[in-house]
Amino acid sequence: MCGIVGLHVRDPELFPRLGRLLETMVGGVVERGPDSAGVAIYGDRRRCPEGYAAISVLARDVALDLPGLLVTEAGDTTVLAAPMPPDALVLAVRTALPDATVVGTGTDLTVYKGTGDPRTLAGTYDLANATGWQGLAHTRMATESAVTPEGCHPFSVGPDQCLVHNGSFANHATIRRELQAAGHVFDSENDSEVGARFVADRLARGEDLDKALRLLCERFDGFYTLLVTSADGFAVVRDAIACKPAIIAETDRWVAMASEFRALAELPGAESARLYEPEPERVYHWTREGVRL
Amino acid sequence: MTAALESTVVDLAASSVRALNAELHRPASKSYEVRNPAGAHAVAAGVDADIDVEVHGHVGYYAAGMNSRARITVHGNAGTGVAENMMSGTVRVTGDASQSAGATAHGGLLVVEGSASMRCGISMKGVDIVVGGDIGPMSAFMAQAGRLVVCGDAGADLGDSIYEARIYVRGNVGSLGADCVEKQVRAEHLAELAELLAAAGLDHAPEEFRRYGSARRLYHFTSENTY
Repeated sequence: MCGIVGLHVRDPELFPRLGRLLETMVGGVVERGPDSAGVAIYGDRRRCPEGYAAISVLARDVALDLPGLLVTEAGDTTVLAAPMPPDALVLAVRTALPDATVVGTGTDLTVYKGTGDPRTLAGTYDLANATGWQGLAHTRMATESAVTPEGCHPFSVGPDQCLVHNGSFANHATIRRELQAAGHVFDSENDSEVGARFVADRLARGEDLDKALRLLCERFDGFYTLLVTSADGFAVVRDAIACKPAIIAETDRWVAMASEFRALAELPGAESARLYEPEPERVYHWTREGVRL
Repeated sequence: MTAALESTVVDLAASSVRALNAELHRPASKSYEVRNPAGAHAVAAGVDADIDVEVHGHVGYYAAGMNSRARITVHGNAGTGVAENMMSGTVRVTGDASQSAGATAHGGLLVVEGSASMRCGISMKGVDIVVGGDIGPMSAFMAQAGRLVVCGDAGADLGDSIYEARIYVRGNVGSLGADCVEKQVRAEHLAELAELLAAAGLDHAPEEFRRYGSARRLYHFTSENTY
């Protein structure tokens, strides 16, 4: 069992409240995943200013000399942001910290992962003060691999991409070997990372999120409810049996997805939101074009 | 004695589900109103008393589970497994129900005024379920006894591996599961449909429904079941 929550904000008036809203959503899925929690924030210009790239690494006491570097420590995760292209920042960090695991990169995204009580971790990540247009969080009850920061979700393995998973893939070892043979390098033993790398691989080929997730449904066996985010959107998909829960709520101001309704109950306007459960093997996808700017 | 006629209000914003259920298991009142459930699990589960419970708002998993005798209404949506293993009484959901509504229930009546998602009536063992809208895929999987009435459409694999139980669908059926077949609607079926629709407060004509049930080909192993 795991807990998933995601919020894609349409109304810019709510952007300053993104973190606070996500924090209440996390509170609704703590019991589903008490061993670790991760968060991804899109569009927080205090954490990743305009023109900067940000990289999240599992490392502490990072010493790095880059012009304009912003360093934020948040438990197991350290976020580094600098006014340079993402690839250059990744290269600089990998060179200086060869042993640190990179858990997120992008120009609009910051990722935080760690083990422990999700409510405490929300404080560690300063989630309440996060702002932005989109965010997601995952609370983990580990089944397929150890309780470590590396095994924690989200898995962010492509630029501004994130994937969170409730369930377990059955054929992940096979697909992992195929991806490794194609040159992909993995950071953990986690089955969900295989899903994230599969999606990243498809997106890198120019396919959109919708197509990538339909291919995932064809290729992966097992149980999954997935929430996948990118620089321009938000997608949900479930396996053919769909026994891992998911509920979607939509209002004019936001689209939200969660494992259970109780994670949505405190969102503004939740009482009149359109509520529905995503159908098996159907990809639900929202893009930022729908955002009122 | 007037106190017993008034509804006792329990606000789950101020009280725990555990305290609510402890009260409902030894009810001092005949009637309860539950406010602010906010998706909480197991609301009004395990009631075994001739009481009325009105829940105002959406509930989480297993609401009204194992119900005996009580009349429980959820004014909102219900999460996974509403009225699971119900024995008797009535559970009504004015909105939609999530998956496995009425799972393994032995008796009583479950009414979902909206739609129910996947696996509605899975392994039902004698309950009556009436759904005003649609039901999702894999509903009535391994159903053993009872009646499932669907006023809208049914998803794929309806009644897969069904033993007994009678299924009535007014709309389209996505597909029938293994050993589930359409059956003739006879006078006794129209009569029981009229009764069930009336009990649910719905006024569709029984003649608009088609009946499905077990072909009884999976009861015994035959050489056809080998590879």
